Amino acid sequence: MDQTTRLFRCARPGADVLIRGAHVLDPRADLDEPHDVLVRDGHIAELAGVGGIDLPADDRLEVVDAEGRHLFPGFVDPHVHLRTPGQEYKESIDTGTAAAAAGGYCAVVAMPNTDPTVDSGAVLGSLIELARREARVPVGFLASVTRGLRGDELTEMAELRDLGAIGFTDDGKPVVSAGMLRKALQYQRLCGGIIALHEEDPELSHDGVMHEGAVSARLGLAGIPSLSESTMIARDSALAIYEDARVHFQHLSAVESVAALQAAKEAGARVSGEASPHHLTLTDDVVRTLDSRFKMNPPLRSEHDRRALVDGLRSGTIDCVATDHAPHAVHEKEVPFEQAPMGVTGLETAFPSLYTELVMSGELDLATIIERMSAGAALYELPTPRIAVGEAANLCLIDLEARFEVGEDGYVSRSANCAFHGRTLYGRVLLTLAAGAVAYRRPVLIGGDDPRAEAGVGADAGEAS
Amino acid sequence: MTNRMPRHLISIDDLDRSGIERVLDRAESFAEVSGREIKKVPALRGRAIVNLFYEASTRTSSSFELAAKRLSADVVNIRSAGSSVDKGESLKDTVQTLSAYDPAAIVIRSPYAGAAQLVAGWTEAAVINAGDGKHEHPTQALLDVFTLRRRFGSLDRLNIWIVGDVSHSRVARSDILAFTRMGADVTVCGPPTLIPREIEALGCRATPTLERIGEADVIYVLRMQHERMHQSFVPTLREYAARYQINQQRLRPEQLVMHPGPVNRGVELSAATIDSPQALIGDQVKAGVAVRMAVLYELLVGSPVLAAVA
Repeated sequence: MDQTTRLFRCARPGADVLIRGAHVLDPRADLDEPHDVLVRDGHIAELAGVGGIDLPADDRLEVVDAEGRHLFPGFVDPHVHLRTPGQEYKESIDTGTAAAAAGGYCAVVAMPNTDPTVDSGAVLGSLIELARREARVPVGFLASVTRGLRGDELTEMAELRDLGAIGFTDDGKPVVSAGMLRKALQYQRLCGGIIALHEEDPELSHDGVMHEGAVSARLGLAGIPSLSESTMIARDSALAIYEDARVHFQHLSAVESVAALQAAKEAGARVSGEASPHHLTLTDDVVRTLDSRFKMNPPLRSEHDRRALVDGLRSGTIDCVATDHAPHAVHEKEVPFEQAPMGVTGLETAFPSLYTELVMSGELDLATIIERMSAGAALYELPTPRIAVGEAANLCLIDLEARFEVGEDGYVSRSANCAFHGRTLYGRVLLTLAAGAVAYRRPVLIGGDDPRAEAGVGADAGEAS
Repeated sequence: MTNRMPRHLISIDDLDRSGIERVLDRAESFAEVSGREIKKVPALRGRAIVNLFYEASTRTSSSFELAAKRLSADVVNIRSAGSSVDKGESLKDTVQTLSAYDPAAIVIRSPYAGAAQLVAGWTEAAVINAGDGKHEHPTQALLDVFTLRRRFGSLDRLNIWIVGDVSHSRVARSDILAFTRMGADVTVCGPPTLIPREIEALGCRATPTLERIGEADVIYVLRMQHERMHQSFVPTLREYAARYQINQQRLRPEQLVMHPGPVNRGVELSAATIDSPQALIGDQVKAGVAVRMAVLYELLVGSPVLAAVA
């Protein structure tokens, strides 16, 4: 099974579009200047200086005047919850992939902690069929490491891989038993596929609902110490080295975790790590509001932790950005903090939050963010989007100057539990091409108060999104 | 005394020092009313107050009820047992239903931090936090400050120790904030398993032993709940009492002792201390009604022009 066949989507016609004059930034292709990009039948057909592409006068191809906008390789999210099967009232493959496209993503990887769990060929097979019918951007699936995420029996990992699983995770929960994880790592030699780990020692996190520190002391909320995460990363790095296994650490939140990951890498472990936009830009200080939009696992931690994550992302110790997009219904979140479920949405705000909070503030440069937004693909043995002639068109066009209030026009996701709700951010996605097809096009608002954001994305040609 | 009162009382942080003083001054005048034969004033006649208690309470619920009645309000008491809450109604639906009766205030106690604040977003009524999880219990802190102010005149530079299970105590959090705001020096003391990490950020010191308890002018003793023992926060109540019990052997005669109740006799406090003149526990209970009258009055009537309540 080749790598592209582990991504599934609804078949759509390849786009024919000329994106004219956008500042093209693809650090992997060493591109960082205005260009014209011609897409024909879903592939990048030509790349030239501005005005350098001549079209026959009768060519009916859509032309997007993108001067002043930025064109990036599409983003790849190795960590989303599409809540299907079982919790379609929170999100579906249709709405979740639409939200991904609206955030500039051209591929996402869905977690298996659904109801039922993706722990059998039957569940995975039906999900793949569903994705072929309704996914707007290509979706890959992780299956669970253990049956029902119970931590006591391995799934049929080899069969799940044969059917199309990218890899395995019990995300939402740690694999508590070192012995069980060791068996999964040994089994990986047979079936391949990354093993992604949600790291948390349940004895240390206990009944915690937020980061343990000054804010939890003030609020009287049970804390989750950072060590709950970092001690498990250290333990599982040791297992990965011993079994020469390939392991990915999900949603790092603490300074100690970044140090543990770095130590493991220096010791030669085949490990990688991700961090989320909310952990990279927010701290537990916002939890003082007791707004359940700030409740997620792992929790938002201190400014010291946040800076360590940013430093880790800059240096490459943390390999990629992952949203951990975790939708919950309004009625589930509209309860006191301690009763609310963990999780926040993030696909639609990932780039604008990182751009506004980290790039505009000077903490990280734009090229680093762009590289890390799709670096998850290679980690998961998926094709990396590249802006180069002959490549499939995986592109997102963004207006970095467009300012908006998060949630002002609602959300494309079925859920609204976004940690950035109400914040003013910069960087609006105007157009997303995923696997060659137009997956998102920002609707043209007649008489909108921000005409710059809407202008330039032709509404007269191409298919509706 | 010119500051405006907040619309709700959710946290001690809603009041600055002059706001606290204004409530306490008002409480003094209501304490005088409580000494009369007819203990009622007509301030809230025709207005409704809902007491919504999702947790067991004797002192707080009865004193809020009495306070509202002495202000001539119509009072509705709702407890989770036997109400629609028992049938799975959400907090939001309960509050919106009760708000249809147009109450002037909703007094809420909940086992969850932030419940009062959520309620404030769902109703036009003034919301008073009568305890939310382990977060805050602002009216308890106000009556504690009231009790101390009566005894000492001022809390400025008063040395107050709060002893016991600080982790699980909303009283401790509101008291630390209120006492320090009124100028006192606060030290928290208890088993390290029951003192939250970084509690010093609230403006107090923390120590694991009673070694220097002699420094204290006032010792505020917290209730030691029996279930903490089962969770191994302390090995046994016997060991807890041996290390942390406040008793006549540990007290100097001029030190005063407070407790929010209900007391576990012989655990955090010795019987002799509870019954000694050093204990202000009875004063605290008595202050409860006057202070809660003052809170209701200041939130719902408030203007100094109407100060002549008596």
